[in-house]
Amino acid sequence: MNYILFIVIGLAGGILGGLGMGGGTLLIPLLVTFVGVSQHGAQMINLVAFIPMAIVALIIHFKNGLVKPKYILIISLPAIIFAIGASFLAFNTHPENLKRYFGIFLIVLGVYQLISLIIKSIINPSSPIFKIKPFSKSDLKKT
Amino acid sequence: MANSFFNYFNYFTHFAYPKLFCAKIANTIFVKEKIKGKKAKSFLFGAIGGSGVGFINGFFGGGGGMLAVPLLNKGLKEEVKVSHATAILVILPITIVSSIFYGLNGHFNLQQTLFVGGGVLVGGIIGALLLKKLPAKIVGFVFAILMITAGVRMVV
Repeated sequence: MNYILFIVIGLAGGILGGLGMGGGTLLIPLLVTFVGVSQHGAQMINLVAFIPMAIVALIIHFKNGLVKPKYILIISLPAIIFAIGASFLAFNTHPENLKRYFGIFLIVLGVYQLISLIIKSIINPSSPIFKIKPFSKSDLKKT
Repeated sequence: MANSFFNYFNYFTHFAYPKLFCAKIANTIFVKEKIKGKKAKSFLFGAIGGSGVGFINGFFGGGGGMLAVPLLNKGLKEEVKVSHATAILVILPITIVSSIFYGLNGHFNLQQTLFVGGGVLVGGIIGALLLKKLPAKIVGFVFAILMITAGVRMVV
């Protein structure tokens, strides 16, 4: 029965990931709070679960010509070195503390996204967060 | 044909307006220098941003994509769609390497990973199909609030 919960959580994270919202950032808290996986275990699950999805998405994006492979050299190379160091740092952090840091990270990301959404809707009022379209002449032409 | 015509035109300006010709050469050199500077800048920016992305992705086991997209989009001035697609490519090797290290450290549970991974794969397809139908800004808004509440629950 417990495994149905795992699948449901995976589905939720996958849908958010497919929407381009960074599903992993919600997959980890869901796993930690609802099925009692340890913080490290949840992070490992998220890392592995990302790989097949990423490969499928990459194939589609490559076909559409949206991928620029030059960035793998510029960004990924230094990133891998730092990722290895950071994962050793994570292993040496107490799970409770790591959970707390992750919570702070989530709050920062959420607040950043809220602010950028609000700024976008101020700069570009034609597409506000909640659409309230003023009446215009082009609406008349459509009907 | 067209090329030779423009060549002829260039020679014409060369004789008729020497000042203009010099300005043209100076301009191309200047632009080239500018492009070179930009390239070096973007290289440095990408490397510094990339190490940040790597650190976060290794430490938190995720979330690197959420930093890589703005890095590509705002920092390196790529299109929104290109930066979303390229972010996946950039994150993939980091994820593979750090998941190997997580596994070596004994945090791997095959059953849990298989169930969640299957859910993520199916959910990802559903999400990609929904992407065209849902208003992006409302989804973003709801997601931001979800993230903040989840974050507060984890900190407290």
